[in-house]
Amino acid sequence: MNNLNVKARKLLETKVVGVVIGFETGPTGIVRPAFITDPSKADTLIYDEHCTQNLAVYLTKPEVKKLGKIGIVAPLQVMRGIMMLISEMQITADDIIVLGISSKGELLEISDISVMQGLIEKSELSNPLKDKELLDKLTSLSREERFKWWQNELSKCIKCYACRQACPLCYCTRCFVEVNQPQWIQVQSNTYGNMEWHILRAMHLAGRCISCGECGRACPVGIPCHLLTMYLADETFRYFGVRAGTSDKMKSVLSVYDPGDKENFII
Amino acid sequence: MPEFEPKIVAFVCNWCTYAGADLTGTSRIKYSPNVKIIRFPCTGRIDFMLLLKAFANGADGIIVSGCHPNDCHYTSGNFHAKRRWIMFKELMDFMGIDMNRITFSWVSAAEGAKWAEVVNTTSARIKELGPYVSYKELVNRPIEEEVKNE
Repeated sequence: MNNLNVKARKLLETKVVGVVIGFETGPTGIVRPAFITDPSKADTLIYDEHCTQNLAVYLTKPEVKKLGKIGIVAPLQVMRGIMMLISEMQITADDIIVLGISSKGELLEISDISVMQGLIEKSELSNPLKDKELLDKLTSLSREERFKWWQNELSKCIKCYACRQACPLCYCTRCFVEVNQPQWIQVQSNTYGNMEWHILRAMHLAGRCISCGECGRACPVGIPCHLLTMYLADETFRYFGVRAGTSDKMKSVLSVYDPGDKENFII
Repeated sequence: MPEFEPKIVAFVCNWCTYAGADLTGTSRIKYSPNVKIIRFPCTGRIDFMLLLKAFANGADGIIVSGCHPNDCHYTSGNFHAKRRWIMFKELMDFMGIDMNRITFSWVSAAEGAKWAEVVNTTSARIKELGPYVSYKELVNRPIEEEVKNE
């Protein structure tokens, strides 16, 4: 990834950006996100198959924003996150320089947002294969079995909200879950309250999920909570024919409507 | 043992279904007394969390009803609601919650007879399904059992 280091160094030296967000190897040899502000440190940036975290989550943080214009190492999922954040007016295209990474790990030249849109449209946008298999397995079960399966998974939840923190699109400064008049979601962890929380999270991401799977990876107890939002991402495509994060002009599915929407369950 | 009488909560919009239910009454049409009506300004106001809370507090069935498409008092509330219910229904089904217990309908202010029919069919269906035991068990799971799982 020499190109990446050269480009990052140039951007920092010429003061085009104030910070480059990417990955570096930490002291224990584990890949971690890096915030490079010093051009001489640009060589520590790496990109390999271990760099899975969705860095778009940092774009909305005030402590990152104040560093100036942001350069960001962006594989497909990050690009889609950026698209969603722009379409939801959380950042503007002028705030960021995208250091795009292709699916083969090569640096892409992304001069503006339309180039990025073209790249996203050419990519595979459905859910990752191993999640698809799990989803198929779950949908083939009976309803009672699914209920048991989810109850078992959700009973492990410790309500740490890592799924929320890791998600690039969960940027509300005051989350619904912190609203306590009335207390919508119980503070303590119990299976029913955990289920309410995960339903709430999935519904708030309905039509917005970019299928990066970061929530599931962030979960410390290994609940595959990304399946909920990914399932809804599939349903969004099935009903409304759109995938989130493909355009900077797109409105999220649940904030617009079409009088011709089809359903078959309302009598 | 007395026959099971389901608890049904109806979330209805002020402008159409509530007025429709009023008409059912003034037309002296008899319908199932199991339903408890909660009036909302618009179908678009009905948060999905309210449905979960209704189940959690002992409802066996739910009716959600509002103005027909294109008849919304606020022009677009029911269209937004429709998209939300499509997503909600799919998610609930995926998580294994019984969607046969929730009836979605459009009932206008002139459809007093339809309201009676919606309530009666829902009530009959819930009677057949019985109390929503699995959900109630989940809500009232004793703390000992929760801790045992860890």
